[in-house]
Amino acid sequence: MRGSGAQNPKRGSAEHDGDRHIEALIHLAQASAFDLLALSPPGWGGNLLRGLMNSVLIAVGAFSIGILIGIGGAFGKLYGGPVTRDLLELYTTLVRAIPELVLILLLYFAGTDLINRLLEALGYQRIDINGLVAGICVLGIVQGAYSTEVIRGAILAIPQGQIEAARAYGMSPGLMLRRITLPAMLPFAIPGLANLWLIATKDTALLAIVGFNELTQETRTAASTTKAYFTFFLAAGALYLLLTLFSNVIIARVERWARRGMYMETH
Amino acid sequence: MSARSADLIDAGARASLWLQPHRLVLIAIGLALVVCAAVFMRWDWLPDYYDLALQGIWRTIWILAVTCVLGFMLAVPIGFVQVTGPRWLSLPAYWFCTVIRGTPLLLQLWFLYYGLGSLFPQFPWIRESFLWPYLRQAWPYAILSLTLSYAAYEGEVMRGAFAGVARGQLETARAFGMSRWKVFRRIWLPQAIYRALPTLAGETVLQLKATPLVATITVVDIYAVASRVRQSTFIVYEPLLLLAVIYLCITGILVLAFRKLEARIPNRLG
Repeated sequence: MRGSGAQNPKRGSAEHDGDRHIEALIHLAQASAFDLLALSPPGWGGNLLRGLMNSVLIAVGAFSIGILIGIGGAFGKLYGGPVTRDLLELYTTLVRAIPELVLILLLYFAGTDLINRLLEALGYQRIDINGLVAGICVLGIVQGAYSTEVIRGAILAIPQGQIEAARAYGMSPGLMLRRITLPAMLPFAIPGLANLWLIATKDTALLAIVGFNELTQETRTAASTTKAYFTFFLAAGALYLLLTLFSNVIIARVERWARRGMYMETH
Repeated sequence: MSARSADLIDAGARASLWLQPHRLVLIAIGLALVVCAAVFMRWDWLPDYYDLALQGIWRTIWILAVTCVLGFMLAVPIGFVQVTGPRWLSLPAYWFCTVIRGTPLLLQLWFLYYGLGSLFPQFPWIRESFLWPYLRQAWPYAILSLTLSYAAYEGEVMRGAFAGVARGQLETARAFGMSRWKVFRRIWLPQAIYRALPTLAGETVLQLKATPLVATITVVDIYAVASRVRQSTFIVYEPLLLLAVIYLCITGILVLAFRKLEARIPNRLG
């Protein structure tokens, strides 16, 4: 799972090490960075882009699940009974205090194990859980804890009069949620949610530890096969950075859209 | 009535408010779960790995402390030059923050360890320098990447904190005849740190949560010890659960320590 000898340039005896470095030098001399990053099969560019696609897919999935959990969690924390509130508090505290890596391993192992036991108890065959689905669910649960807090804060930031006015108009809770609470909290929630989206894109790299083929894992495979560690990690870094910068542009637009018609106190 | 007994009564009232009936039930369920875990799960591996686990915890805490202190020392100039520095300093600082904050820490770590680490041996003068014995090990790369990451995130916070200090205070200090350095040392930096302290606590907890990544480059912290237990005994849940509890404890201690630190700060600002 983790760096075995073949992937690690610095382990092993000095002699062996030297050999490997000479080998690496030959590889580097033979192929330029452009050859290595070419999109068609001798190059590894296509694999990196596929990895990026997977990363984005996981991030979108995890972020969406996180927002759904977050909306539910925020309403539970604000309007739920005492037991719901305490349990949600426990969920957000635990998730935010335990490293994502540990949570991913725990949820990954425990989740697949539980589902398989359930299936066996019901008399079905064991199934192999799709790595993509498992990754999305695990990261979604992690994101949910953070977005619960973000959305709770945003709902609290809505001027109380708006909610009271909606009640006075006789709106049902569902209608009020759809027409007033969710749209009105959006401008307050977007900076926090944008931050969470950026965290989601970077957290996908952690799935490399459980061996899922997202960008970081693809990069490591490419790098350890060609021994061009420097080139590939640099290229992957550039891809992640592009994703972040592109997201920032979109976020700025969404923020302007969500704030339309709002009274600007500052600036 | 003395202030002390009033405090005691206050604490008692707060405790009874907190200990509502449903909480007692939840606590009972939690304790039952812990007892079940202690009785029905396998813990026979613990004595064998006890020393290694202690070393791992110690190493995790040590990495956290060193990288936070070094990172903060880097973050102060990074934040400061972005507020008032010349363009040739503020632009690199801005891009440093953007690049580090825009890429995953795991990738940075592997880039430094595998990427830079595979370039170094090509240069004979590096192989002959006194640094070579260190560059062959994993921990300098772990410390470096965690430090840079903390510096970038905290540098962004410090930028806001420096910018948030009221202009009038700095002008007053100048009017009192303080030198620029003295204004920075006595007025600007302390106030910026006061402002940054609440976020500092959060960043430090995030840094703690980032430390297990160093296990992927063969640094043996507490996470690596847990994975080693899993790999050699095939026991999956127990070491991971214990690991989660250990991180919870460290987080709790960190949060409490920062709360104590924050309580010591005069709360009239600006």
